[in-house]
Amino acid sequence: MKKKLLLATLVCTVTASLAWADINVGVSVSATGPAASLGIPEKNTFALMPTSIAGQKINYIVLDDASDTTKAVTNAKKLTSEDKVDALLGSTTTPNSLAMIDVAAESETPMISMAASSKIIEPMDAKRRWVFKTPQNDAQMAIAIAEHMARAGIKSVAFIGFNDAYGEGWWGEFSKAAEANKIKVVGNERYNRSDQSVTGQVLKLMSANPEAVLIAGSGTPSATPAVGLKEKGYKGIIYQTHGVANNDFLRVGGKDVEGTWLPAGPVLVATQLPDSNPLKKSALEYIAKYEAAYGAGSVSTFGAHAWDAGLLLANAVPIALKKAKPGTKEFRAALRDALEMTKEVHGAHGVFNMSATDHLGFDKRAAVMVKIENNKWKLAQ
Amino acid sequence: MDLQITLLLGQDGITNGAIYALLSLALVLVFTVTRVIFIPQGEFVAYGALTLASFQAGKTPGTLWLLAGAGIVVALIDLRIALAGGARQRIGRILGWNLGYPAAIFALIFFGKPEGWPLAAQVLLSLALVVPLGPMVYRLAFQPAAEASVLVLLIISVAVHLALVGLGLLFFGAEGSRTPSFSDAALQLGSITVSGQTLWVLGSSLLLIAALYQFFGRTIYGKALRATAINRTGARLMGISTVMAGKLSFLLAAAIGAFSGILIAPITTIYYDTGFLIGLKGFVAAIIGGLASYPVAAAGAVLVGLLEAYSSFWASAFKEVIVFTLIIPVLLWRSLTTHHVEEEE
Repeated sequence: MKKKLLLATLVCTVTASLAWADINVGVSVSATGPAASLGIPEKNTFALMPTSIAGQKINYIVLDDASDTTKAVTNAKKLTSEDKVDALLGSTTTPNSLAMIDVAAESETPMISMAASSKIIEPMDAKRRWVFKTPQNDAQMAIAIAEHMARAGIKSVAFIGFNDAYGEGWWGEFSKAAEANKIKVVGNERYNRSDQSVTGQVLKLMSANPEAVLIAGSGTPSATPAVGLKEKGYKGIIYQTHGVANNDFLRVGGKDVEGTWLPAGPVLVATQLPDSNPLKKSALEYIAKYEAAYGAGSVSTFGAHAWDAGLLLANAVPIALKKAKPGTKEFRAALRDALEMTKEVHGAHGVFNMSATDHLGFDKRAAVMVKIENNKWKLAQ
Repeated sequence: MDLQITLLLGQDGITNGAIYALLSLALVLVFTVTRVIFIPQGEFVAYGALTLASFQAGKTPGTLWLLAGAGIVVALIDLRIALAGGARQRIGRILGWNLGYPAAIFALIFFGKPEGWPLAAQVLLSLALVVPLGPMVYRLAFQPAAEASVLVLLIISVAVHLALVGLGLLFFGAEGSRTPSFSDAALQLGSITVSGQTLWVLGSSLLLIAALYQFFGRTIYGKALRATAINRTGARLMGISTVMAGKLSFLLAAAIGAFSGILIAPITTIYYDTGFLIGLKGFVAAIIGGLASYPVAAAGAVLVGLLEAYSSFWASAFKEVIVFTLIIPVLLWRSLTTHHVEEEE
């Protein structure tokens, strides 16, 4: 009797899932480990995403990869082979996203990454055909900084970055951008996210006497060199990357990060954008949704990358639904094609106009220069 | 590199070295008494600093729930054992320490509003909250396996470390915190300025080391700990409770860890997982001391701090590599010069 009942239940579940054929979206984010400050707002954002698109129910299966490359690959394999997801979102960091590309390509599942490096989508090849991303490329932000420096008349700059892929990536892009703008790079140092002290690096940078210093780190750890520089009496201009754009950075940095310049997605200063800016509405919408759920002042630009990934999907799913049924190989291919055709989608960070060669599709509108004034983000005019 | 830079780096290295020295002393203490390689030592650094930061931000630190939870579990286990063994006279003590004490701290935080307290009172409250976690961790994780081999204890230690780091992320979030410094005074020494907090770190470290020296040399509890460290069985035959010795050593280790965290929180940003790396450097120092000698461990810690400071100037990308590579020649030298006799069982 018991066995029969079990069998009946099984049959019911199987038929039920066949009859509905929801769209399954697999997500892998770094909600714990070193990248947790980026991964947690991303994870929170998935709870705000639409539960149905064009009348189809959407299931988000969110897994944590602990900022670990191996775990990200395991997650991606599990999502594509066991859960048979129609799209793969993730991961938070560049190394994890790079590692997931193989899985996405092998299982022919479109993937949208929330990590910064342009290496995720360039150079375009058979594997990266399946991969898209939402954050601004490092190169774009590095050029924004170098151009800002050139306009300010800065001739020499020193660089200090994380001793990992983030710092290395920025060093590569920024040294190129600086050279293009005829700025001399006089120092290149590394530090670790968890270092108690950066006195050695700071003294070395200051002995080269640069007019400006660029700190390439993310979240609160990038306040450490800034505090060190101020403490040792550095008088030049300090630049940060868009990796610092959350309120915890202001809290930890306090008065020591006053006057710092950084490039950022428009969402950081959404309320200050002129009404004519096409991104103001979409950015404010995300902020309102996030803060309604998690409290005022809780929003960060990292979660907005996840939100943009959701927008891309919401735009592409209806087109793909016309061609095939969710859960099939054909649907995934149709979804990929639809993503590549994305035109004029207004996200929180920029306007997406994708093509076969550009799987990000941002233009200059996706980066604004921001200055920290009175412990607040201030849009530069 | 001129004289001023050399001095500044030296100052930085000695400050960090002082913290590593405290942690290495705690590691040596715990290892000699209980044979546990106490990897979660660093978590107490982070818990101490972040608990204080939570008070200052007007938040209730998550460590409070951990204390209450651990207290309830310890009380239940100990009550069962006490009732089964007919030791009813112990019930009052068990309830008092494991339920009454967390309840008192609970009341103090909820009705006392520590947000507006002076810094010293906040520091004391943070210590009162974090330090009892040490003996509770010993009771729950290590006491049931106290007679196991060093390897089993090490594996338990790794498990406790991972659990505490995870809880730290849950309690304090992924972003770090800083706390205001104990004093804004600064000392002008020739061409360099020594900040007040640096003096606090150095002064407190020296004071703590002196206090520990007195404790081990002159008090009955300190002597009991030393006896247990020299020979567990012998100490037990002399009526020294190894359970008491274990709990006491964990209490001291937790106190040293939490206080170190509070000392460095104004100098650096502390994250939920900062403690591990700081603890690991303390461990390198403890290894230099062969996990047995306090003075050598303390000297090793200052060496680690200085090495770190100068290598961050000369080759910042390889700083950690240089510090942790130090352990290899030390281990080689140790294994060549000492004729170690396994004391196990």
